Amino acid sequence: MLKETNHIFRDPRTLLIVFLMPIIQLVIFGYAMNMEIKQIKLAVYDYSQSTLSKELIKNFSSTETFEVTYPKTSESNLNKLFLSRKYSAALLIPHNFEQDLVRDKHSQVQLIIDASDPNAATLIKNYCTAVVGIFNQIEKISPIDIRTNILYNPDMKSAYFFVPGLIAMILVMISALLTSIAITREKELGTMEQILVSPIRSHEIVIGKVLPYIILALMDALFILVIGMTLFGVPFNGSFIVFLAFTLLYILTALSLGLLISTVAPSQQVAMMMAITITMLPTIMLSGFIFPIASMPKSLQLITYIVPAKYYLQIIRGIMLKGNNFSQLLQPMLALIVMTAAMLSLAVKRFSLRLK
Amino acid sequence: MQDIILVQNLNHTYGEKPALKDFSLSVATGELHGLIGPDSAGKTTLMRILCGLLPIQTGEGEVLGLNLKTDYKAIRAQLGYMPQRFSLYQDLSVQENLMFFARLFSVPASERDKRMPELYAFSRLDAFKTRKAGALSGGMKQKLALSCALIHRPELLILDEPTYGVDPVSRQEFWQMLKSIQKEGTSILVSTPYMEEAELCDKVSLMLNGNLMASDTPSDIISKWDKSVYRLSADNLKEMENKLCSFEGIDSCQLFGHELHLVMDKTTAEDTVKALQSKFVHTGFTLEKVKPGMEDIYLSYMQSSAIEEQFDA
Repeated sequence: MLKETNHIFRDPRTLLIVFLMPIIQLVIFGYAMNMEIKQIKLAVYDYSQSTLSKELIKNFSSTETFEVTYPKTSESNLNKLFLSRKYSAALLIPHNFEQDLVRDKHSQVQLIIDASDPNAATLIKNYCTAVVGIFNQIEKISPIDIRTNILYNPDMKSAYFFVPGLIAMILVMISALLTSIAITREKELGTMEQILVSPIRSHEIVIGKVLPYIILALMDALFILVIGMTLFGVPFNGSFIVFLAFTLLYILTALSLGLLISTVAPSQQVAMMMAITITMLPTIMLSGFIFPIASMPKSLQLITYIVPAKYYLQIIRGIMLKGNNFSQLLQPMLALIVMTAAMLSLAVKRFSLRLK
Repeated sequence: MQDIILVQNLNHTYGEKPALKDFSLSVATGELHGLIGPDSAGKTTLMRILCGLLPIQTGEGEVLGLNLKTDYKAIRAQLGYMPQRFSLYQDLSVQENLMFFARLFSVPASERDKRMPELYAFSRLDAFKTRKAGALSGGMKQKLALSCALIHRPELLILDEPTYGVDPVSRQEFWQMLKSIQKEGTSILVSTPYMEEAELCDKVSLMLNGNLMASDTPSDIISKWDKSVYRLSADNLKEMENKLCSFEGIDSCQLFGHELHLVMDKTTAEDTVKALQSKFVHTGFTLEKVKPGMEDIYLSYMQSSAIEEQFDA
């Protein structure tokens, strides 16, 4: 309905939030909460001083990730170095490194990591195993036990993960939050009472209220996508049409959630609180946006099945990073459709043409 | 003449609290009918039922000859309703609000373009077309709300306390507008807490605690009333009030500015007055019979119902 569009433009603050929020979040997630670590200060103690050990160190120093230095103090002072934050990791190559490799086709190096930041530590460990793995491959020696295989995001660029996640989160927020507020606002101001005394049907009210927000949300999704691609170099491997279609589906899911909230909530405040708790938290925590679902306790994993963002994330990551097409995304698509249908029918049933 | 509103034996409760008790009312077509009652008398509940906003709990109702239970959607299309609270869009302009209501009632564009200048002229909102509704004064807001309720030329207007909290000049203008709407053939049901407005209606219904106390033309309500009212002025009015309220034969007494209105049964009034004069012969006061006003009747109903309630408790 035209009126709702007017409302949106009459309220420039909301509009500003809608477009400013993604930028702020992108910056926060993109720069502040950077999940990839560059220039890890790595202290190297090469007791072997052999060709092979030098080769291994070169493997480390040739990456952007590591900044290799040889500390002058002895190994026993390593603790102090860690405490003063001079290094976040240390690589110790034993004296008999080369001999062992040549003779037994097997050797050991020691890696010491400052784990005061566990996330960083995990990352450093993963980087190191990756580097050692490459080294093993090149030198064609001995199978090494740990071999991490990082697919689709070989550099583990976190932007690849958070841009889709951010689209999922912001869409659900805008759609669910704004629609539920828009409808409860009419209830609160008494305008709903006035509108109801007219030949209008309930689905007309609902569609009229929701349509402008669908468009707004779609624009926002594209906006985030463009920023993500230009600013953070996120790839887009799939088809744009597929992306639009699924995004629209996801927006519908979120809108039906918003409608459902508005039929339950008596006031704008309540609607806002409900929308935030129902959409934001699960989308951040339980969708696989930040924390992998597989590492959650079983009970929480069950809850993730009803978080729409979980499916949308599968879809959108699939499209953007893997170039998935429709048929490969059938399962999450079905899940979203079922959820939308269930919530929408419940909302329409609850949305009555009468006052409570 | 056919009744435009006819409700019978309506009961409505909010949880435990009754809002309407066995309420029956009829309003004739073409009438300007006033609903008078204090807050919580059940006026808003009745109006919401008539608009189909609240379902009928028990009882029967017809509006515009259509059944309220089954045809409330059809009724809504022919109704103009103005809720108690200002419920237009404050962030939309006067013109946008009118356009929105025209669309809401699917008024054809040609009809709308004819109707809008009429309404502007009528409400004198022409100069404020582009002003946002939220920035209008209280009186203008009500005029705009009335215009919006009239955009589709409804046969029946239901107005819930439209002049509440509006300045006296605007109130007068508003009633003049209602009169001219009525002349065009629209029936109007309007509620008000102001007694002086009651006398501007063709018929009034006095409501109290969900009951209908009386429903008639203002002059008939006054002439058919079985009480007489005497006006008493004295220097020590407060003192007199306390003494007189419990005086035998006096139903109620109300303070009206610098005088006291004594309400007593018509049949026994003269005896009571004599008894009064002989008892308080030494206190200087004047007593004279006056024509009862709507307010006298209303307050007397309120007082006697309050006494009844005390009995019940």
